[in-house]
Amino acid sequence: TTASPCSQSLLGKSDEQSGSLVRHRNRKKSFNRIMGKEKSKTGPLARRPDNSAFKQQRLPAWSPMLTASTVLPFFYLLALTCMLLGVWLLLTVQRTQEIKVDYTEAGSCDVCFEMRKNMSKAGQKCTCMITFSIEKAFKGDVFIYYGLRNFHQNLRRYMDSRDDGQMVGRKSSLKSPSSYCKPFDVDANGVPIAPCGAVANSMFNDSFLLTYYTINGPSIVPLLRKGLTWYTDKNVKFRNPKADNQTLAEVFEGTTQPSFWQKPVYKLDPFDPTNNGFINDDLIVWMREAAFPNFKKLYGILYRANKPYTNGLPAGNYSVIISYNFPVQYFRGRKELVLTTVSWFGGQNHFLPVAYLVTSSLILLTAVVLTVVWWKFGKDGRNMAE
Amino acid sequence: MNNRKEPYQRRKQREGGHLHLFTSNSFLSEEPEGNIFPSPSLLCCCHTGVKVKDGIWSFLLSQLEKKEKKQEEERLLRANDRGFNLSFQYANNAIRTSKYNIFTFLPLNLFEQFRRLANAYFLFLLILQMIPQVSSLSWFTTAVPLVLVLSITAAKDASDDINRHKCDKQVNNREVEVLIDGELKKEKWKDVQVGDIIKLENNEFVTADLLLLSSSEPLNLVYVETAELDGETNLKVKQALTVTGEMGDSTEALATFNGEVRCEPPNNCLDKFKGTLTVNGQAYSLDNDKVLLRGCVNASLSSFLTFWSYVIVLNTVVPISLYVSVEIIRLGNSFFIDWDRKMYYPKNDTCSSKNHHTLNEELGQIKYIFSDKTGTLTQNIMTFNKCSINGKAYGELCDFSGQRIEITEKTPRVDFSWNQLADPKFIFHDHSLVETVREGNPEVQSFFRLLALCHTVMPEEKKDGELFYQAQSPDEGALVTAARNFGFVFRSRTPETITIMEMGRKVVYELVAVLDFNNVRKRMSVIVRSPEGKTTLYCKGADTIIYERLHPSCRDLMKVTTDHLNMYAGDGLRTLVLASKDLDESYMQEWRKRHNEASTALDGREERLEELYEEIEKDMTLLGATAVEDKLQDGVPQTIEQLAKADIKIWVLTGDKQETAENIGYSCNMLREEMNDVFIVAANTAEGVREELRSARRKMCPDAAEQPSVSTSRSGLFWLKKTQTVQDEKVDGEYAMLINGHSLAFALEEDLELELLRTACMCQTVICCRVTPLQKAQVVQLVKKYKQAVTLAIGDGANDVSMIKAAHIGVGISGQEGMQAVLSSDFSFAQFRYLQRLLLVHGRWSYLRMCKFLRYFFYKNFTFTFVHFWYAFFCGFSAQTVYDEWFITLYNTVYTSLPVLALSLFDQDVNDRWSSQYPQLYAPGQQNLYFSKKAFMNLTAFSCYSSLVLYFVPWAAIHDTVRDDGKDIADYQSFALFAQTCLLIVVSIQMCLDTYHWTAVNNLFIWGSLATYFAVTFTMYSNGIFVIIPSAFPFVGTERNTLNLPNVWLTIILTSLLCILPVVAYRFIVMQIRPTINDKVRHRARKEPPPAPAPRRPARRVSTRRSGYAFAHSKGYGDLVTSQRFLMKRPVKSRVMLFSHITPAET
Repeated sequence: TTASPCSQSLLGKSDEQSGSLVRHRNRKKSFNRIMGKEKSKTGPLARRPDNSAFKQQRLPAWSPMLTASTVLPFFYLLALTCMLLGVWLLLTVQRTQEIKVDYTEAGSCDVCFEMRKNMSKAGQKCTCMITFSIEKAFKGDVFIYYGLRNFHQNLRRYMDSRDDGQMVGRKSSLKSPSSYCKPFDVDANGVPIAPCGAVANSMFNDSFLLTYYTINGPSIVPLLRKGLTWYTDKNVKFRNPKADNQTLAEVFEGTTQPSFWQKPVYKLDPFDPTNNGFINDDLIVWMREAAFPNFKKLYGILYRANKPYTNGLPAGNYSVIISYNFPVQYFRGRKELVLTTVSWFGGQNHFLPVAYLVTSSLILLTAVVLTVVWWKFGKDGRNMAE
Repeated sequence: MNNRKEPYQRRKQREGGHLHLFTSNSFLSEEPEGNIFPSPSLLCCCHTGVKVKDGIWSFLLSQLEKKEKKQEEERLLRANDRGFNLSFQYANNAIRTSKYNIFTFLPLNLFEQFRRLANAYFLFLLILQMIPQVSSLSWFTTAVPLVLVLSITAAKDASDDINRHKCDKQVNNREVEVLIDGELKKEKWKDVQVGDIIKLENNEFVTADLLLLSSSEPLNLVYVETAELDGETNLKVKQALTVTGEMGDSTEALATFNGEVRCEPPNNCLDKFKGTLTVNGQAYSLDNDKVLLRGCVNASLSSFLTFWSYVIVLNTVVPISLYVSVEIIRLGNSFFIDWDRKMYYPKNDTCSSKNHHTLNEELGQIKYIFSDKTGTLTQNIMTFNKCSINGKAYGELCDFSGQRIEITEKTPRVDFSWNQLADPKFIFHDHSLVETVREGNPEVQSFFRLLALCHTVMPEEKKDGELFYQAQSPDEGALVTAARNFGFVFRSRTPETITIMEMGRKVVYELVAVLDFNNVRKRMSVIVRSPEGKTTLYCKGADTIIYERLHPSCRDLMKVTTDHLNMYAGDGLRTLVLASKDLDESYMQEWRKRHNEASTALDGREERLEELYEEIEKDMTLLGATAVEDKLQDGVPQTIEQLAKADIKIWVLTGDKQETAENIGYSCNMLREEMNDVFIVAANTAEGVREELRSARRKMCPDAAEQPSVSTSRSGLFWLKKTQTVQDEKVDGEYAMLINGHSLAFALEEDLELELLRTACMCQTVICCRVTPLQKAQVVQLVKKYKQAVTLAIGDGANDVSMIKAAHIGVGISGQEGMQAVLSSDFSFAQFRYLQRLLLVHGRWSYLRMCKFLRYFFYKNFTFTFVHFWYAFFCGFSAQTVYDEWFITLYNTVYTSLPVLALSLFDQDVNDRWSSQYPQLYAPGQQNLYFSKKAFMNLTAFSCYSSLVLYFVPWAAIHDTVRDDGKDIADYQSFALFAQTCLLIVVSIQMCLDTYHWTAVNNLFIWGSLATYFAVTFTMYSNGIFVIIPSAFPFVGTERNTLNLPNVWLTIILTSLLCILPVVAYRFIVMQIRPTINDKVRHRARKEPPPAPAPRRPARRVSTRRSGYAFAHSKGYGDLVTSQRFLMKRPVKSRVMLFSHITPAET
């Protein structure tokens, strides 16, 4: 029998009863076998669980606790650190300069603004000019951005309406754009659109000519219109379809331009093959959709090789001649031109330094409160006693 | 919810039905079609029942069932007439507990699974995600985990059902001998029909309800063991009707037997059974003076649904990973319980085990424990422990200084090998008693002679020298066994003689009279004449009763013995006082004559006998006192004390009689002498019970309102569930209540149940005695219904199954008789004392871990979701996600799942020793403080704050700025990466704050998950993978252009500070001003080594309260053993023992 002597004496059963015990035991065993619990071990302690730290929940562990000696110094130290960081950042940000010029209806652009309201005149050219002045010279690299307000590049359906396969130069995708591009995948005649989709179709198409009024007369500010994009975008994400001795126009044969565009994609920059087609910087910059409805995108970088721009933009009067194409009244938007310098910390952004300074003072305040609380309640440890 | 309840009932009926059916009319309710049980936890097997102790012939009375809706008035069946019985369409005896067959498995199982809200919800989400216009995420993010969950569950269900099929088959195919057409044939139980006559051999299990016809034993007696029914392991005697008993073992007589039985249909009346047996035109009434009950209960509604009531219709708030994680945590924590060596019982090689899919976090919230007594609190072993003979106490061991020594396993035992007839299982430690006996001390010898003579035990000697005693009560058995070992061996009895071996010498005593026990007399005497012709009266009984009848010369001895008795009572032992009296021969003759007259008198017989007994049982000489220990399981008092400190109320629900229950109450410290009052409710009418309950309540709490304050609230899914709660009332002082089964039946009626609940809940201790399994379940239901508290039921026998199933958590004591309780329980282990560890350590940890998990999980997902909400204002409510689609898919499954899993598997606020040491730590769980509505609101508010920080700080930091080379940074992809990195780092730091117990695994998972995030991100945003599928990985290069900016990292640090520091400050302040018990213990645990387990030492108490009922519950069998008719093998009374199977209540 399997009943051990100890269990018999323990239970003090008569033979018949211990017989039933055996039966129960056997039944239990078969039950365990069913449950897959049967172990290969034998002997009186066959089912004894292993004495491992893991199974007995005795794994070595570290049990930290929030104590005054760690929390209080930590808070004071953090307050100090944040304070220093905030001051440093603030000084850094103060060195950068920025100017924003809203040209939606400014200067002579009100005419163009009105004209763009009328869809039927979309094809007509419109040029206008605005002026502004810089009080203090912009030192260092100066970046010129166009800014849009209330333009939701982050609408879900809009964002999805593009075909990355097409723009990375897949020949198959070129002629048969992804269904995500609908309804901007093919034109009325069924000819595939390249680049397809709503994003490309709505590409910003104003252009700017910046003029500096020196004592000697107006001078056109030279802008670099290349090198505006992330390296990865220019070299990985956007590629023209492989052209085996074909011109770009031939490659794009069989496709048509997006309906809002005035020229096909292979004519975006006919003079520079490295800036034409899908790898045109303006296109790439536009295709990197903005996260928020108010955004600015890089238009050009000041070319500083020649005087008077070697140190940046000098103070003085400037004008911008705008080829005004992009309509904004449909979404009650605004357009602006932004000129800015940058530091190691990026563009002019006062939020972080101010936030650090505010946080620092909050932490300091909290630290003082904690100290008082600790002093009044927890110091003698009476609360902790039972 | 209702439709879950109902099949549960059916299942219980079924299990009930097949348990015990023995020699009686079986009312098993079976519905042949009703086989669909949604419970995932059913594991049937092993329908054990009453065991027959002797070969019997019996007549399968009826297994009623029937699908008919109409009310049955009466049942009629005829023996040996299958045709007749078949016309009533009684169901066959086959059982089916399985849910599915091969063809129905897939549809039924899927249907069952989709009835779970969670699965249906995910199916709905999946459908939504398949619609491209709606879908913001790919469909496979939901489909893959859902299919995984469904198939795992289906596999588990399938294997469970296969087991059920196997078990059914095993039970159905068990063989039994059936008398068909005058011949005995082996039949399978499933083919047995109503009205068949069957033959059962010794030790066979009975799987139908039977009426006893005849037995191979004298007097048509049958001994049955009903441990599966009422938990009592002592044998019950059943007796057949004379008219059927005469048929004996004659196959011919039985084959021609054509009795007809009429009986009432199954009812819920517990102590009534009416029927008639008609044989040859003569009707014999059938009643049952002993009803063995099987109860049934409502199904415990899974609190699973409550849990899902927090489900909010957003994929990221309740992702499928929550569902999977919760299952893993439950499983993991159950395994820790299984693996616990401190819950392993080496004696019978039993470790604790979980049986079902359980909600082990509920173990940390137990408010009420309902415990069985026999086999759970006690070992159901009576041991002769101590005695006082002629003023000298034996049985106690003292060291040289006179200090008591605790008796352990290692204490040397008395060697009884000199006595060949000694019972090897008898253990005694005091050597002096044996020496005294062997020296021939006359007092000691007559003490043991009394024990050997004065009883109603039936001996059984199969082989020479192998004696077995069939005792009606285990106490009596223990006393006779003690005498046997000390050299006074009771060997055999006839109605007129008793043969004992006195120190190896055979002595035959003539049994002159048995003055039987009853509840008024509280004593029992025998008058015997020795071979020398000396007539002696031996008497044993309760001390108060015997003391009144002693000779005045015993006064000094009485004093000493009283001291001993007080000592024994203080140890919680059951005491009896023994006395003897030498009788004068002439007086005896005269008395005998009167006795004969009295016993044959037609009227006033009882009274006249009583007078005679009273007359002769006086001026006795005190011999001594015995102390029998109803052995408690190890560590029961300590466990109960610790559990009481944890504010867990323990109610004992026992089938035992009041005195025994009370005694055990005292010995395991639930009842204490210093209690203000112990109320005993034992009225016989509803009004009486109401009055007793009321007066008890008024005494405890005079200011309480007469009407209970029942607050009604709504909870559960969509607040559909209406709950009623009776508030706890404060009581000064400690009270206890004892209520017996009869009163309980009234008290559980609808109009009294609130009164019962209020009164009972005011008491520290509640003991219900003489309760049926059904009542056990009803009590549990009552508390569940009005207290909204988590309940636990613990028991070992089949009679506890109903309460185990009724309670939220059922615990079975394994390794004892029967597997029923273990099989229907959620957890099982070998000893009651492991309950302390299960609740205070594992339960508390499980609860803590689950709450931490839920809080953290909801925190991280609420935060995640709220960020999308804020972004909606910026993206024109276009459902654009803030984060990368890949991040959304992997956030819950890869980046944050493992750390929180490690937390919820390994976290300990304090280790197990401290947990056991401070039961107060358990209290927060009972009030569900860690995951209450308030806690949930707090975490939602905090998530809201975090999400504001996590959206607006990154937004403000980059919306109008550019990179240090003037290029774009405020683009969507950069922002997405930026925001998701902030989120992940913040929730990881939050995880670090929540982790109290940093094991290597926690470290690995937290830092590993962060590392994985960066590794996965860099991989997925790499050129190589973009070139493979450009449209799936459009984020190419984002990480290289974003994560190298100081701007970004400064913002991440800022968001982390803003999210985390308030938490640190808040926790610090709370800990300083109002530290919780957890904080206090943790604080202490940091400074001190863990407490050593408290040493156990026997407490010395002296008590004047006694429990001396070492007798059977009812009138003894004195009549039977002395009956002249005993020799003629005819029954004493035309009385049929019936077991009535009671169908489950239609609750």
